[in-house]
Amino acid sequence: MIRLENVTKRYPGGQEALAGLDLSVDTGEMVFVTGHSGAGKSTLLRLIALIERPTGGQVIVDNQNTRRVKRRKIPAYRRQIGMVFQDHKLLYDRPVSDNVALPLIIAGVSHRDAARRVRAALDQVGLLHKEKKSPVTLSAGEQQRVGIARAIVTRPKLLIADEPTGNLDPDLSLEVMRIFRRFNEVGVTLLVASHDIALIDKLGCRRIALEEGRLQEEIDPWL
Amino acid sequence: MAVSRHADAVAPVRASGPFSIWITRHVSTGIGSLGRLLRQPVASLMIVLVIAVTLALPAAINVVVKNARAVSGSWDNALDFSVFLKQELSLSEAEGLARLIGQRADVDSVELISSSDALAEFRLQSGFGAALDQLPDNPLPHTLVVRPSGGNTSASLILLQEEIGNLPESDYVQVDTEWVQRFHAILDIVRQAIVIGSALLAAAIVVIIGNTIRLDIENRREEIEVTKLIGASNAFVRRPFLWTGFWYGLFGGLMALALVHYALFLLEDPVARLAGLYQSKLAIASMDAVESAAITGIGVFLGLFASWFTAARHMRRIEPR
Repeated sequence: MIRLENVTKRYPGGQEALAGLDLSVDTGEMVFVTGHSGAGKSTLLRLIALIERPTGGQVIVDNQNTRRVKRRKIPAYRRQIGMVFQDHKLLYDRPVSDNVALPLIIAGVSHRDAARRVRAALDQVGLLHKEKKSPVTLSAGEQQRVGIARAIVTRPKLLIADEPTGNLDPDLSLEVMRIFRRFNEVGVTLLVASHDIALIDKLGCRRIALEEGRLQEEIDPWL
Repeated sequence: MAVSRHADAVAPVRASGPFSIWITRHVSTGIGSLGRLLRQPVASLMIVLVIAVTLALPAAINVVVKNARAVSGSWDNALDFSVFLKQELSLSEAEGLARLIGQRADVDSVELISSSDALAEFRLQSGFGAALDQLPDNPLPHTLVVRPSGGNTSASLILLQEEIGNLPESDYVQVDTEWVQRFHAILDIVRQAIVIGSALLAAAIVVIIGNTIRLDIENRREEIEVTKLIGASNAFVRRPFLWTGFWYGLFGGLMALALVHYALFLLEDPVARLAGLYQSKLAIASMDAVESAAITGIGVFLGLFASWFTAARHMRRIEPR
């Protein structure tokens, strides 16, 4: 599903976020990327989401070389990927249901279908009863679950998450990870950046550790 | 692919055509933009007012010019001019010339006043009858009173007078009505000025709406970034702003219409009173349906143009970070 070949990302000013990274995530896998802040976790996800482009190397997502995705085609490319952010990135001027519906509206799904799918997605994160609420009235954990509902409402094959539990306490973190796990069980490929190693170990998934833009170690509980 | 156990509930995606989707999307975005404007009624009203006043100004001047033209049009007979023919011309020669001039396309009619008729009239009106009897010959020439046809401009009138004045038979052309021509020339200038002024005012409207939309975009920058991050195209994020421009233009145009009509309503009575003093039945000609539609249409066009231009420029710059 994701393959990185000798990927480098150098920012103006000479700072090197990724230095020749090779990485591969199979379809249906759930993989964690760990490392200190500045190790290149976020950059890796940003390259996959085409928020940035690599300085060198190839990033191949679902058999598409991101290098060949033209600027005009980036929106369509992003619509195939579900994204979850540390700061949720919700729109606070509209209710929960409208936030979750946004990707469907963008994709041009009819209102009736969108309403059904929104309810299904909210049900999966256990927030169906908060449908009409404003995101501001929700707790951090609930807001993050709204963010997850929004990411999966279009039923993407790939979900990427950047520090999704960064602002949550351990109990809420575990709950969020369990939700991810459930998606993984029905076939969604997940790539999650996190520094919470204790939590990751509980889940028993493959873990890729980055340091200074390089692969430091790879831990696969199944090997 | 299904993500959930609830896949059954969501699986059948209703097939609606791309066009109906496009329409529904636009309608809901349009209503959303309108709602956003109505949530800040004072700010929105201010902008609509500025646009309305800017549109109403040239429209009102145009109505004034139109009325001035209509009034001066009824002075058509004042555009007649007299051609005094050379003394040696006989009556039959004068008649021939009158027929010839009368056939011109830019001439409506020609009236011949023979020298004897002129003398008789002069005798009657001047009271110099006895003195005139002392004269051996009639000193008056034959005279043609030329009435130009309605299609003449002030320039073509001057040309007509010159051409007739240059005929070998004519001695002297007397135009008593130069002030009417000057008046028409002034109206022509005012017309031109309206066109130029309107272009400047249109530019002002574009700047006003463009600036408002730009601020709106800045205020909603985060929302635009998030929307783009989850796969919205430039066209998608631009759409609500186009609608905002549309509404500004539409309401500005409609309010300009109301302003002009109200101003004309206020002028109705004083004009009727003035007309009454001149025993005339002058009534103000208001804006007709075409002009009313035009002013609204111009408002909408400027609103759309301004918002499209601004949104296109700024949307490309706002990218998720």
